[in-house]
Amino acid sequence: MKNSKAHTRTLYRHGLPMRITHWANALCLFFLLLSGLQIFNAHPHLYWGSVSDFDSPWLSMGAHRTEAGEMVGHTRLFGWELNTTGVLGLSSDANGDPQVRGFPSWLTIPSGRWLAMGRNWHFFFAWLLVINASLFFVWAVASGHLKKLIPTREDWRSFGSSVISHIKLQHPAGEEATRYNILQKLAYLITIFGLGALIVITGLCMSPRMDTVMGGVLEVLGGRQSARSIHFLIACSFVLFVFVHLFEVVVTGPLNNLRSMITGNFRYQTDTPDKHEKESHHDG
Amino acid sequence: MTDNNRRRLLKGLLASGGLLTLTGCDKLSRSDWFVDTLRSSEKLSNFAQHAITPRKAMAKEFTRADISPIHRPNGSTNGSGQEYQRLAANNFADYALRVDGLVKNPARLSLNDLKALPSRTQITRHDCVEGWSVIGEWTGAKLSAVLEQVQPLPSARYLVFHCADSYGSTGSRYYESIDMEDAYHPQTLLAYGLNGETLPTANGAPLRLRVERQLGYKMAKFIMAIEVVENFEDIEGGNGGFWEDRGYAWYAGI
Repeated sequence: MKNSKAHTRTLYRHGLPMRITHWANALCLFFLLLSGLQIFNAHPHLYWGSVSDFDSPWLSMGAHRTEAGEMVGHTRLFGWELNTTGVLGLSSDANGDPQVRGFPSWLTIPSGRWLAMGRNWHFFFAWLLVINASLFFVWAVASGHLKKLIPTREDWRSFGSSVISHIKLQHPAGEEATRYNILQKLAYLITIFGLGALIVITGLCMSPRMDTVMGGVLEVLGGRQSARSIHFLIACSFVLFVFVHLFEVVVTGPLNNLRSMITGNFRYQTDTPDKHEKESHHDG
Repeated sequence: MTDNNRRRLLKGLLASGGLLTLTGCDKLSRSDWFVDTLRSSEKLSNFAQHAITPRKAMAKEFTRADISPIHRPNGSTNGSGQEYQRLAANNFADYALRVDGLVKNPARLSLNDLKALPSRTQITRHDCVEGWSVIGEWTGAKLSAVLEQVQPLPSARYLVFHCADSYGSTGSRYYESIDMEDAYHPQTLLAYGLNGETLPTANGAPLRLRVERQLGYKMAKFIMAIEVVENFEDIEGGNGGFWEDRGYAWYAGI
């Protein structure tokens, strides 16, 4: 290593507040999602508007008996019917007995049908999420982290090439890997400040008490049942975000990424030695 | 941080990750301390919602065009017991709502007495805890008018509604409770009419509660008596309602 020009440098990339709020957020999202599916299961049908037009949900899960007498789990989406036996509409409980339910028991908290308990989990972690997000926001503004997420003019110019390099799974190495690229910036900004805010707002829109002061928001969203649908769709988009996030974590060096989010230290290669920064020559 | 420490930390994270599997969540859901912790958020929601929204903030009222074709009934769709059946058979002509407890003037109010009180008609959205909503036009006596007549004592804090229905196979009667703030709210009604007609049996005939800023299960149907109390610890399961005794939140504002 000493003869080569490449130097491994360690950057203290993620401060403690960032690391704590990141993992607290992951924990909250996990419990919110699975308890949310329990709540969804109490009425596994979604509608647009203020009220439930029971005859025409845009999404509906359930089960029916075929002419042959067989029970089939179905998911109806905009009039399309999919056979989703085993997963959606009809799935086995812990004892292996088939049950008519939206999402399967291995995707809900608690696993059995228990709306009251699902609500307990959901609202507890909803509060934790809001408190955690507020702390993150205050820290992000005060520490200048938020500025790092705002796209610059150069960022916008690199949009096209960034899309292409993401598709090709070519990721910046070296010092450039320590900065957020345009797609990262947009993904984080939209997810945290757009979808994150909207999922809290749509959640509150389902509260009859909060609706007394949220009439304008409800009007824009299209009513309480629209709010419930949007809440569900944003939850789906969070799942998508997490998958993409984990995928990128894996393809850009899972151990280094994981370490940087636990200890804060991010390692990268550079050919310009810098006396001021501490160098590390072992591979960890 | 040394490598050893790091390894220990990773191991710890993996182990706690294992603990937090869904089986773990089911176990936690049955432990008192954990459920108490989860349910502490109910108080926070109650406090925050009351801090953010004005005491007399009104639930949105809709137009006749918004009324749902069917006002889906949930829970019990009929009262039970001989007394209720006898009253129903006679179209509730002999019905009398009992109002007692911590009041100066206990009262028995027939349907005609109730209809003579200041009334209100409102087209509001009914939100079930399961997630669905329907809109209906409710007509009923203002609960505040009933309270003005019976005069609650200074120690009165809650109204407990005793009902004629018993849901499921438990055999225990439905009951609910609300606080004085909701009791005096202008939209809180003892409803005897739905969509311009006499309140149908499935929706709680002869009398049901409308508390427009809470979820459906708070709105007791088949009301036989109102008891004004200081606390509800000694009533039934002690949690202030049929569903509350089965784990649901007393404050159903969300």
